[in-house]
Amino acid sequence: MSSLNEPRRKTKIIESLGFTLLRLITLITVIPILGLVAYIILKGAPAFSWQFLTAAPTDGMREGGILPAIIGTLYLTLGTALFSVPLGVAAGIYIAEYAQDNRWTRLIRIAIINLAGIPSVVYGLFGLGLFVLFLKFGTSILSASLTLSIMTLPVIISTTEEALRSVPNSFRVVSTSLGATRWQTIWKVILPQGLPGIITGVILGLERAAGETAPILFTGATFFLPELPKSIMDSTMALPYHIFVISTQVPGMPIKIQYGTVLVLLIFVLGMNLVATIIRSRARAKRQW
Amino acid sequence: MGPKKQIGNVMITSIIKICGYSSILFVGLILVFLLKEGLPALKDVPLTSIFNVRWYPIEGYFGILPLVFGTLLVTISATLIALPFGIGTAIYISEIAPRWIKEILKPIVEILAGIPSVVLGFIGILVIVPFFRKFLDLPTGLTAFTGAVLLGLIAIPTIVSVAEDALNTVPPGYRQAGLALGATRWQTIWGVTVPSAKTGILTAIMLGIGRALGETMAVMMVTGNAPVMPSGLNALFEPVRTMTATIASEMGEVATGSQHYQVLFLIGIFLFLFSLVINIIASAVSTKQRKRAERILS
Repeated sequence: MSSLNEPRRKTKIIESLGFTLLRLITLITVIPILGLVAYIILKGAPAFSWQFLTAAPTDGMREGGILPAIIGTLYLTLGTALFSVPLGVAAGIYIAEYAQDNRWTRLIRIAIINLAGIPSVVYGLFGLGLFVLFLKFGTSILSASLTLSIMTLPVIISTTEEALRSVPNSFRVVSTSLGATRWQTIWKVILPQGLPGIITGVILGLERAAGETAPILFTGATFFLPELPKSIMDSTMALPYHIFVISTQVPGMPIKIQYGTVLVLLIFVLGMNLVATIIRSRARAKRQW
Repeated sequence: MGPKKQIGNVMITSIIKICGYSSILFVGLILVFLLKEGLPALKDVPLTSIFNVRWYPIEGYFGILPLVFGTLLVTISATLIALPFGIGTAIYISEIAPRWIKEILKPIVEILAGIPSVVLGFIGILVIVPFFRKFLDLPTGLTAFTGAVLLGLIAIPTIVSVAEDALNTVPPGYRQAGLALGATRWQTIWGVTVPSAKTGILTAIMLGIGRALGETMAVMMVTGNAPVMPSGLNALFEPVRTMTATIASEMGEVATGSQHYQVLFLIGIFLFLFSLVINIIASAVSTKQRKRAERILS
């Protein structure tokens, strides 16, 4: 009897070994992430003060605050949103609600996949060629925001499409049967239902734009500005580029300010992430379908 | 319906249609402007000196081979590092973890996806580089390997989420059939679930490679920026320079329209083409999978 059970026991042992291995791999993947965030919080928090968040850098960035970089990142994120949200959501609506399954739609899909895959520094080159030089916007908030917008588009388009597709077809049928036009159905019925999904996607897209450095290197970011930018044609400091500058270009930079700046960017970006997660889980809990 | 309403409808529909097609326009624009600024390089610099091993732009040497091989070295190593962890974590989350652990793990992986690459580069410089120098007893910690580790970390969230999606789309009936035949869960995972999701997992790997290939800041900050030809396995522990890092670090200093400027755009064209190929392979693989699934279900 025991000899019959022998292979069975062996497979059981292999199974538990395998499960342990996968648990271990997952732990090794996850622990550094948490460690990294915790470490930055611990090292960066001591730098926080009223002055750090509200003053301009002084003494070649070694003293003072990082206000111009914070404001710059806010401007760039808003500028990106202004352009990419209407365009991206409209494109998502087109693909989910209007587009037929034909060659053109497949071409649009291929284009979106490729936009998502283009390296961020290549977006920087493109922005330099089109916005900075050809359209003569110069290195400015406008050029940088437009460059970041196009980079963000694929995320917004595909999450919008997904959010609208998940709305059950019966909503469309009922609305149309009540005499609503296609656009009325989309605007009054489908969009409100898909809104949480769309907002989540928009935030995740903007989160990426806020943290990017390479696309703004030659399109709008600047090393140091004594005052805040006055118009969208001015160049600007930005948190990601500032982190790059103070960790590689400025000798004798105090460690505390470096970690403090990183923590500010991390709070900005992960805060957006958190908001997106909350919106998504709330919407899921409230959903009636 | 009044004629006014009719016109409004038509207008909105056409605006939305134009927005829908905008992605094609942007891909076209990107290609046109890369070609416009980069192609003139081929007129002034002969092909033989572009496909050469010496990158020293100040004296007019524009050999991009060290940069291409630097990119290959770092990207391939990063993929090898990210694969076991990415796929392993995806399998654990999708097949083994109880629900509450899943709910904890997924946001953590999303956090990693959200951390800007410049932050990872920063931690790379301050923590990982000194650690590797001491631990591996190297003259400098700014090496291809350091870059590969960071890039691996950056590629992991992409691999995990796409591979997990692929595993989730395997119908539960497949797993039940495996278990009903007397296979253990472990045997079902490797004999049934993973093979059924293999095209999706392949897509995950391709997208992970694409992510690593295009990454700029982190890799520029920790690989030491030395445009030398990598030779042998030792090169992994020596400084290198990738294509992306070269563009990012040199474009700020060149005169618009100069030969150096044009060659940097030419490198951009190559990067664009690389990512195009990788993404087309990735999407071709997943379309094939969808078609097969449709055949089975119909």
